[in-house]
Amino acid sequence: MAALISCEDLWKIYRLGDVEVQALRGVDLLIKEGEFVAIMGASGSGKSTLMNILGCLDRPTKGCYRLQGVDVGGLRADQLAEIRNRRIGFVFQNFNLIPRTSALENVQLPLFYRGLPLRQQRALAAEALARVGLQGRENHYPSQLSGGQQQRVAIARALVASPSLLLADEPTGNLDTQSSLEIMAILDGLNKKQGITIILVTHETDIAAYAEREVVMKDGRILTDRKTPSGASALPVEA
Amino acid sequence: MPTFLLLTALTAVRILGRNRLRTGLTMLGIVIGVGAVIAMVSIGEGAKAAVAERVASMGTNVILILPGAVTTGGVRGGQGGVVTLTTADAVELKKRVPLLRETGWARRDVMQIVHGNKNWNGTVNGISPSYLTIRGWSFTGGGPFTQQDLDTAARVAVLGQTAVDNLFEPGEEPVGAIIRINHVPFRVIGTLAPKGQSAQGMDQDDVIFIPFSTAERKVFGTYFLGSVGALFASTERPEDLAPAVAQIREVLRQRHRLQPDQDDDFFIRTQVDIGKVHEETSETLTIMLFSIASVSLLVGGIGIMNILLVSVTERTKEIGVRMAVGATRRHILIQFLVEAMTLSVLGGCLGILVGILGARATTAVAGWPTIISPETVIAAFVFSVAVGLFFGLYPANKAAWMNPIDALRYE
Repeated sequence: MAALISCEDLWKIYRLGDVEVQALRGVDLLIKEGEFVAIMGASGSGKSTLMNILGCLDRPTKGCYRLQGVDVGGLRADQLAEIRNRRIGFVFQNFNLIPRTSALENVQLPLFYRGLPLRQQRALAAEALARVGLQGRENHYPSQLSGGQQQRVAIARALVASPSLLLADEPTGNLDTQSSLEIMAILDGLNKKQGITIILVTHETDIAAYAEREVVMKDGRILTDRKTPSGASALPVEA
Repeated sequence: MPTFLLLTALTAVRILGRNRLRTGLTMLGIVIGVGAVIAMVSIGEGAKAAVAERVASMGTNVILILPGAVTTGGVRGGQGGVVTLTTADAVELKKRVPLLRETGWARRDVMQIVHGNKNWNGTVNGISPSYLTIRGWSFTGGGPFTQQDLDTAARVAVLGQTAVDNLFEPGEEPVGAIIRINHVPFRVIGTLAPKGQSAQGMDQDDVIFIPFSTAERKVFGTYFLGSVGALFASTERPEDLAPAVAQIREVLRQRHRLQPDQDDDFFIRTQVDIGKVHEETSETLTIMLFSIASVSLLVGGIGIMNILLVSVTERTKEIGVRMAVGATRRHILIQFLVEAMTLSVLGGCLGILVGILGARATTAVAGWPTIISPETVIAAFVFSVAVGLFFGLYPANKAAWMNPIDALRYE
């Protein structure tokens, strides 16, 4: 399988007044297409910073990040926006749906920015909602949906653009156990049945167990990188 | 892109519709501003048209020559202090200035006029027959007097509408009746169509015209024969006015034997000069009202900017989400600009409505003439779009240049 993500010596340094914060201190990471990777670590370990860079929301201070062979560091802001639009889907801890906007329109959003005709946007969005089991809820507002349902709308929004990479930042952090199980079942199905690469940030070990590979971060570095029992058949771990 | 713009506009309308009170208050400034501009300009235009109409009622391409001040031994007399113009001047001008179509003269005095048991103090004008054509008077009954009436100093009179109203019973036929002007009997041979107020606000219809010769010999009396109150002339085309004035001046200076170092002993006014003064007055008024209205538009624009800045801050997280799913800076910029322009265009349309109603109300209540020209409406509309664009630019830019991560993390 081809490498989807390859990071070499990624550094991210923030400057807060006079204090220099090294959020990432030389991260090397290789993720192949179709992998299901969990990134774990305490808060402040740099996992969110890494996610932001992998999601093309942020740029590394130093180092090289290639997504499908393209060096993202050299791209302009609007090119990064296009990559986010076409290749990356985001699922956030707090769902991040646009309030007072129907589920269907929330899911349409990536297609809207891609400039598809309205009819096509609607059809694809309805199909994506059906895939996460929300047919019939198209016209509900986020406030009319439960947490689990909102997160499913968010997954549908991430899926509708048929991305090659799905980034899930603590997707079950705000959900009860039952909803968490449902969401993880959906993500697992997307990975297993449709081959979408998923990177999951979490600090719950039972959630991380769904992944086939577990990367643990500490102080801006990768501490361990190993196959999980469920992912025993996965490819070699070390990049 | 067209799909994007259309959907963005629809979204903007929906977002603004959710917060009706806020939207309404934000638009209020623009509504008042545009409404004020439209109402003010239409009042100004109406006033200008009324002035133009009055100036036109003087006749077309009229030149007015008035006796001027004469300096005698260092003492300067006032305007009209000395009689300097004569009928002979008019005859000579007609001969020597070919640009003039006609010349005429008049002398006026206020006199007691009696008919039956009614009497009236009216302005009696002794005139040359050409005067009525130069000033563009038309008849409602009877006709003008002739050269023969002038030659024989006939006692005939032509009455303006106000004189008719004050001397005759309603329905009574004035033509053919006998009136007495300063005890001298006159036969009425014509009545004139009303002209209304002059540019100076005087009643132009309060007049009685009699032949000049009759006036000077039988009614007014005179110091020397042929001295007149004013000379009148007209040209064929408006562009002939200026050269004609120059030639008239030269001929009159020569006839009056004025040395190069002496001032003119006459004044020359054209219709254009008279119209200009009034136009400038109403223009000044329009500019003043327009600037007041513009200030209100400016305040309205600042109101829009203020609310948009609040809106951008409130929706920081939404902006972050939109960026995360692939919105470019341009998309965000356009979204907020469209919102600003929706506000200002909606406000502008309401303002146009308010302005038109305001102008109508002014006409109905105060009786002022108002004119709402399509140009004014279009200009007001364009102006409100411009206000939206200008004051939307800063908040929209602020939204567009947010860092996606900071926007996403904003709580």
